Amino acid sequence: MPKSNPSLDMTPMVDLAFLLVTFFMLTATSRVTEPVIVDTPSSFSDKLLPENVMLISIDDKGRPFYNINNSDVREQTLAKMGQQYKINFTDAEKKRFAGMTSFGVPIAQLKEYINMDDPHRILVKSPGIPHDSLHNELGDWIQFGRIEAAKQAKTQKERAEKLGRDFKYEPLRFAIKADAKTNYIAVKDIIKVFTDKDIYRFNLITSLEQGEVKK
Amino acid sequence: MAEVNTDDGGGHGKHDKKRAKKSSTKIDMTPMVDLAFLLLTFFVLTSTFSKPKTMEINFPADPKDKKDETKVNNAITFLMTKDDGIYYYNGEFYPEKNIKGQPPTQLTKTDFSANGLHKLLLDRNKPTTLAIKLLEERLMKREIADTTYKRLVNREKGLKEALTVLVKADEKAIYKNVIDVIDELNICNVGKYAIVDMGQKELELLNAANNK
Repeated sequence: MPKSNPSLDMTPMVDLAFLLVTFFMLTATSRVTEPVIVDTPSSFSDKLLPENVMLISIDDKGRPFYNINNSDVREQTLAKMGQQYKINFTDAEKKRFAGMTSFGVPIAQLKEYINMDDPHRILVKSPGIPHDSLHNELGDWIQFGRIEAAKQAKTQKERAEKLGRDFKYEPLRFAIKADAKTNYIAVKDIIKVFTDKDIYRFNLITSLEQGEVKK
Repeated sequence: MAEVNTDDGGGHGKHDKKRAKKSSTKIDMTPMVDLAFLLLTFFVLTSTFSKPKTMEINFPADPKDKKDETKVNNAITFLMTKDDGIYYYNGEFYPEKNIKGQPPTQLTKTDFSANGLHKLLLDRNKPTTLAIKLLEERLMKREIADTTYKRLVNREKGLKEALTVLVKADEKAIYKNVIDVIDELNICNVGKYAIVDMGQKELELLNAANNK
C-alpha cells in the first residue's frame, strides 16, 4: 500500500481565493463619510440612481447639503462660486474640494471647512446652505453646478468627436435625499429653489422597502 | 521559482557539496491562504452592492396656472397633517356657503395601511388597473412588444377618465408620508398626480377635522 500524503494541493483554491479578493477589491467603492446621516424613507421603486447627478441631502431638521459627484464639475463650480461671492480659493483648495463629499456650510465658512483635516471636518456642526430668498446660496450652487456640468459635457463631446468615438450624453439629474422625518415643508422650500431655476424633474432617493408587495 | 530549503543545516557530511539533498519544491501555503481568505471575507462583508433607489417625479411648472385642476371629473385630493394623519375628498373643493350652492366638502379620514389608502386607490382606479392588467397579459403572451406595452400603459394612465390625484401636505406633515402616498400611487397605477400647495380653506377644514 502506497503511503498517502496528507497534504493536498491548495493551488486551485488559492487561485480562486485571490481572484475573488481581486474582484472585490476592485469593485469595492469606499464608503465616504457624509457630514450628515440621512435616513431615507422606503418605497417600492426599483429604479437606480443615475451616475451624473447633483444631490441635495436634507437632514431631519431641514438643513440642505450640496454635492455633485463629478469632481471636475465640483472644482469648476467652486471656482465660479468664489468669483460670485468674491472669495479667492487657491488651486490647492479647489483640488481638495473636488475630492470631498457633500457639505452644508455657507460659502463664507467654506474656505475654513475645506482646509480642515478630515477628523475635524466630521465634527463640524453644519448649519446647512442658506437658501432663503434674500441670501440664496443654494440657488447659486445649483445654477453654477448645472452650467459647469453642461460645459463639461460639451468638452467631452468635442473630444470624443475629435477622436471619432461615440459619446453618450447623460444629462445632469437632480436628486433629493431627504430624511423620512423631515417636515415636508422644508423639502418643499428646497424644491422651490429648484423650480425657481426651471428645474422640475427630480429623483427622490428612497431605500427599497422590505417585505411583500401588496397586491 | 521559490525553493525552500528543508535541510535543517545540521549535516556536515562530506557528500553535502557533491549531492544536495533532494528538497521539496512545495511550500507551505497555509499562511497565505489564511490571509487570502481573511481579505476575501473582509471585502465581501464591506462591499455594498446596493446603489440607492430613486423615484422620478415631476413637479408642476407653475401652480398658479392650474386653477381648474380639480374640475376634472375623476379627481381625489389627499390632505396630510401631523402624526401620519391623512384625509381625502373627492372632486372639487367647496367651502362652506359657496356661491355655487354646493354642499360643503367633507373630509374622510384614511390611513397608510393596506386597507386604507391602498384599497381606496385601487377601487377608484379600477378601470385603469384592469386595462393595464389586460395589457400585461398580452405582453406575457408576446402579442405586443415591450416598448408598445410601455407606451400603451402610459396612454392608459394619461386618459381623460383616469384618476387624477392631488397631494397636499400641511406644515406639520413629514416627508415620509408624502413619499408613501406617491409610492402608493405608483403601485396603484395612478399616472396623473401632482404635489401642490394647500389652500387656506382646505387647511382650516383639515385642522377642524384633525382636532375633532
